[in-house]
Parts: sequence; structure tokens; C-alpha cells
Amino acid sequence: MFKKDITPGAKSKVKSSAQRAIRGKIVEEYPLLGPYIDEIIPKKEQLDLVKLPDRVSLYTLGSNPLFFQHMDDALIPHLAVVHKYPNCFPRLRIDRGAIRFVLSGATLMAPGLTSAGGRLPNPDADEEDVERYGKEDLEPGTVVVVEAEGKENACLVGVLKMGTKEMKMVKKGAAMEGGHCLGDGLWMLNLG
Amino acid sequence: MTEVTTGAGGPESHAKHVVYCGVCSLPPEYCEFGGTVKKCEEWLKVQHPDMHERLYSEDVINANMSSLTIEAQKRADKDAQKKAAKAVAAEARALEIKASSKILIKRVERNKRKYVTAVQGLEAHGLDLKKVAKDFGKKFATGSSVTKLPGGGEEITVQGDLSDDIYDYLVETYEDIPEENIECIEDKKKKGGG
Ligand SMILES: [Zn+2]
Repeated sequence: MFKKDITPGAKSKVKSSAQRAIRGKIVEEYPLLGPYIDEIIPKKEQLDLVKLPDRVSLYTLGSNPLFFQHMDDALIPHLAVVHKYPNCFPRLRIDRGAIRFVLSGATLMAPGLTSAGGRLPNPDADEEDVERYGKEDLEPGTVVVVEAEGKENACLVGVLKMGTKEMKMVKKGAAMEGGHCLGDGLWMLNLG
Repeated sequence: MTEVTTGAGGPESHAKHVVYCGVCSLPPEYCEFGGTVKKCEEWLKVQHPDMHERLYSEDVINANMSSLTIEAQKRADKDAQKKAAKAVAAEARALEIKASSKILIKRVERNKRKYVTAVQGLEAHGLDLKKVAKDFGKKFATGSSVTKLPGGGEEITVQGDLSDDIYDYLVETYEDIPEENIECIEDKKKKGGG
């Protein structure tokens, strides 16, 4: 989604009514963020909207990017937000071999998640994995955070193209198209 | 929520505090996938020795290697070499651009015997035009501002004929800029002075 370096476009202040609506939408989409929404977007602070190429809007607080959105699609957290609140999003894990592909902006492929080093929601997994990656399968269209084998922090966030149940069955194909990964144009964006 | 620790966001904050690499900007555990691993490692060793010990110990490196097949390992090595070569080339290019970038100090006649001095090319030497314009204004007690060039880019416009003074000031203040890269020219048809 952000393969190239991006130059930020016009920046505008978000009206307080719109700011309230965005807070509501975020909590609705990510209920686990509810207790922290006042730290992420304090009521009294001014949220800004920065226009990015290809009709992507980025919401920022000062020079901190928070969430981005393509047209009217889901609000997706910037990885800096994911790193701060890692337990508040549905997450998957790729195996070590897939990391360098993901970091170079390649499409996330199902085998990186279904291999031994990968993790998908699985009720039969050991306790620790169930705690972290859940039991219930995720539907296509869900915003998920992607962690990596042997790493503490997530490296990718985006919308699932294929449901996790299907991934387990077919074990091939694109799992997520686009998305925001470490080191991409959005990550490197300088908001001064 | 057991993993969430109080971070840098203040005493009230529940945000986890994550260290980011001062060289490549990623969490240091991901530095190995970029082209600047050597520099990243040096930075981490100085800034966060405990983390360095954890991430760059021999055990960790061996464990990482053994989780890949030999063929995948080879490909990853090749990839890493390519990335490192790219990073080195990019750095060399940046240096070359700096070394060859000229700064032009232009005397421009505005009205009869009224001049402004335009300074172009400072940004290629990593200078912040707004800041330098302010410095010029203070140093020479005159109006000085950043203006857009018709062909794109920006220059600093200083009120008054200050070519020589600006030349001397730049040479004295910015030792990194080679003197031969700074040139004074006149914008009018008639040649002279400068
Ligand atoms: Zn690094």
C-alpha cells in the first residue's frame, strides 16, 4: 500500500464533532482499545488529518501518526500505535522466512502463516498461543496485526483478503493485499 | 493485558514503550533485515547494551540460522548482501551530490541602484533554508526570506547588495561546504563586480 516514499499532502484540523465520531469508530472496531482511547486521542487535544496519495487519509496528533483510512474503509492503526497496545488487536504470526518478503512490501501469502513457524487462531494450540492468537477464525475483511516468529513487535497491519479457516484448508494464495509494514512509505513518513 | 507496561507516555499511560533503532528506525529486532545492520548494531551497542547482548549473541544468530533451510539461508544471505550494497551506494551518491552541489549567490538589480541578493543551492548541503534565512536577517540586519522558484525549489532572498558578505559568512560558518562550491554572480546583462 505504501511501497514508495510518500510526501504528505495538505494538513487540516479535524472538527470536534468529527473527532468524537472517529473515537467512537475506533472503539467500535477495536473494543479492546476502549480503556485506552483517552490516552490515544485525548478529548482536549486537536486531531489533524493529513492527506496522503491514493486517497488515503492519515489522522495524526502533533507529529504522531495514529490511524489511516483508504476512502471510507476501515480505520487501520499505524504500527507505532500497534506497538504501544499490542494486545488490543486480532493478531497472526508469520514464520521467520516470510519476514524479509513482508518487509520488502510483498503481498502476505498464506504459507507464511500456515507453516510451523506461523500462527493462526487455533483452539487446540497451547495455552500461550491461544491467549495471543485466539481460538476463533477470522473472516476476510478483518483488520489484523501480523507478528513474526522470534520477534516481539508486529511488522505488518492490514485487512485480511482470505479468512483464516480457508487459509488452513488451502494453505496457499494471498492472505492480505496491501497493508502497512515496518519501513514502508508510511513508516518513514516525516511529519515534522 | 499482562504484557502492557507503563511506558514513556507519562505515569498514567498504559502504552508499552518500544525502542526504535536510531539508524534504520525499525525495532532493533528487525535491523537484521535492512541494509545497515553493521551501523545498527554499533548504535545499539552504545545506546542499549542489554538489548544488544540479547539480539546479537552467538546463540541467537545460530538459532535464527537453523530455523531456515540451507537454501533459504543462502537466498537470505544474498538478499542481505544486495541490500547492504544498495545502502552503501545510496550513501556514496548522497556524498557525491553534496560535493558537487554549487551554491549560487546572485546579485539582482531591482530598481535603480536597488538590489536584492538571491542565494540558491543551500538545501543540497543539508541546510534548513528557513533557519538560514533567519540567520541572514539577524546577521545583516535586513529583510531575508525563503521564496519559491518558478521552476520548483526555493531560494533565500536577502534585501540589499550583500553578495560578498554572504560569501564570507557562508565560508566562515559552514566549514563542511568547500569554498569552491560557492559562486557569486550578477543577474543583469552588464558584467562586473561580484
Ligand atoms: Zn536498525
